[in-house]
Amino acid sequence: MRTKKMGNQTIKFKNPPIILSTASIVGAKEGEGPLAKYFDKIIEDDLYGEESWEKAESKLVEDAVRLAVTRGELQLADIEYMLGGDLLNQLIATSFAASKLQIPFFGLYGACSTMTESLSLASIIIDGEFANKVIATTSSHFATAERQFRFPLEHGNQRAPTAQWTVTGAGAVLLSSTGEGPVITHITTGKVIDFGVVDANNMGAAMAPAAADTIATHLKDTGFKPNDYDLIITGDLGKYGKEIAIDLLRKEGHKVKNVFSDCGNEIFDHEKQDTHAGGSGCGCSAVVFCGYLIDQLKNKKLNKILLVSTGALFSPTSSQQGGSIPSIAHAVTIENVSIK
Amino acid sequence: MIKKVESNKKYEEYLKKTQPKPNYFKNCLWAFIVGGLICTFAQIVHDLFEKYLNMEHVEATSATVMTMIFIGATLTGLGVYDKIGKRAGAGSIIPITGFANAIVAPAMEFKREGIIFGVGAKMFILAGPILVHGILASVIVGFIHYFLKR
Repeated sequence: MRTKKMGNQTIKFKNPPIILSTASIVGAKEGEGPLAKYFDKIIEDDLYGEESWEKAESKLVEDAVRLAVTRGELQLADIEYMLGGDLLNQLIATSFAASKLQIPFFGLYGACSTMTESLSLASIIIDGEFANKVIATTSSHFATAERQFRFPLEHGNQRAPTAQWTVTGAGAVLLSSTGEGPVITHITTGKVIDFGVVDANNMGAAMAPAAADTIATHLKDTGFKPNDYDLIITGDLGKYGKEIAIDLLRKEGHKVKNVFSDCGNEIFDHEKQDTHAGGSGCGCSAVVFCGYLIDQLKNKKLNKILLVSTGALFSPTSSQQGGSIPSIAHAVTIENVSIK
Repeated sequence: MIKKVESNKKYEEYLKKTQPKPNYFKNCLWAFIVGGLICTFAQIVHDLFEKYLNMEHVEATSATVMTMIFIGATLTGLGVYDKIGKRAGAGSIIPITGFANAIVAPAMEFKREGIIFGVGAKMFILAGPILVHGILASVIVGFIHYFLKR
């Protein structure tokens, strides 16, 4: 019997999972950005002492998970499931980390939406009483993403004004059925939306309709008004994609502008750091949430937020074959409420 | 839900109106200045070869090309060429230094995948298309030239 579903795409949890702890590790460039002081660890060298960028990214995931577990005053053996993914072919960053961590593992691919995808599924596992301790994680690395999706690092090409900068970083969220901390009360699972955008240099424009669709559906399913939230924050739409999402929602009759932001827009100082339209990548919404947003929630500066990580579900192959960029966004409501 | 009010066509038009365009004038100016500087520098090198090493014109040209490739490759290795390219665009891609950059950059990038499948296979990932289509074009032009001359 279905008892927790609201509307078409939303779940309201009966036993809202508690965010026991989080961890965020970022690269040097992110460590020079406006949110630097909120990150748990800033690595100085993007190779992170490893032999390749891929191994470095994997180590970011591993260390983020270890840090979150330690902070939750638990051991790795206490964690019943690990859910996560990254941008690399066959999820090598996360899988190789999972091999070292030895936690039962589900690998997920949702492109840059992986933070809220993993949080959604981890919450379902806990609310469904299948486990007490679940970790959700994701990562991205500028250098691994560049070589897989674009050009070699040293190639002297020019970036479009709408191009975004892949965040180097990993975030991990430890969810628990008991304990203290902000809780996840609702999730809205997005549909894949494709408005026919083919320009891989403007992923904000490709993903904005998916974000708008998920947010509009969430508001309809739950009956919440935008102002019920202190913040509605998308994953990596960037400077221009954010404006498009606000515009699309306005046309749907939702005035979100005052409470709306985007992780990709917050993480860098675009002018000083030359990041064009802003940050992107799985790590973008992961570290902004695990570092900055969780701090704001814990200090009661924010009490109810909607995190909407956004993913562009294309590959270099689909792009070279002239395919458009189908996109997805998943929304997660995080609140400060006292649960006994 | 959003889909009902926005068709793909309408969205494309909307993006055309709202999305920022590259500053073509500024980009062209940068390309002109940097590309011009690279070519002027090569011309100076060429003249010096002729003057001080007593090279023939054609001989000096080959020596200049080799020198410029060496400089392009070195600047790529030092991590400077991508910074020039970011501003100059076509201005630093079109000259032969850009060709050197297009070969050295992937060679550096893929050396971790080994000498054979990394450096060997990926070295021409960017320059390959230029070679293929460049050679094809030269053959076509050669034919045209041959038949026009007759």
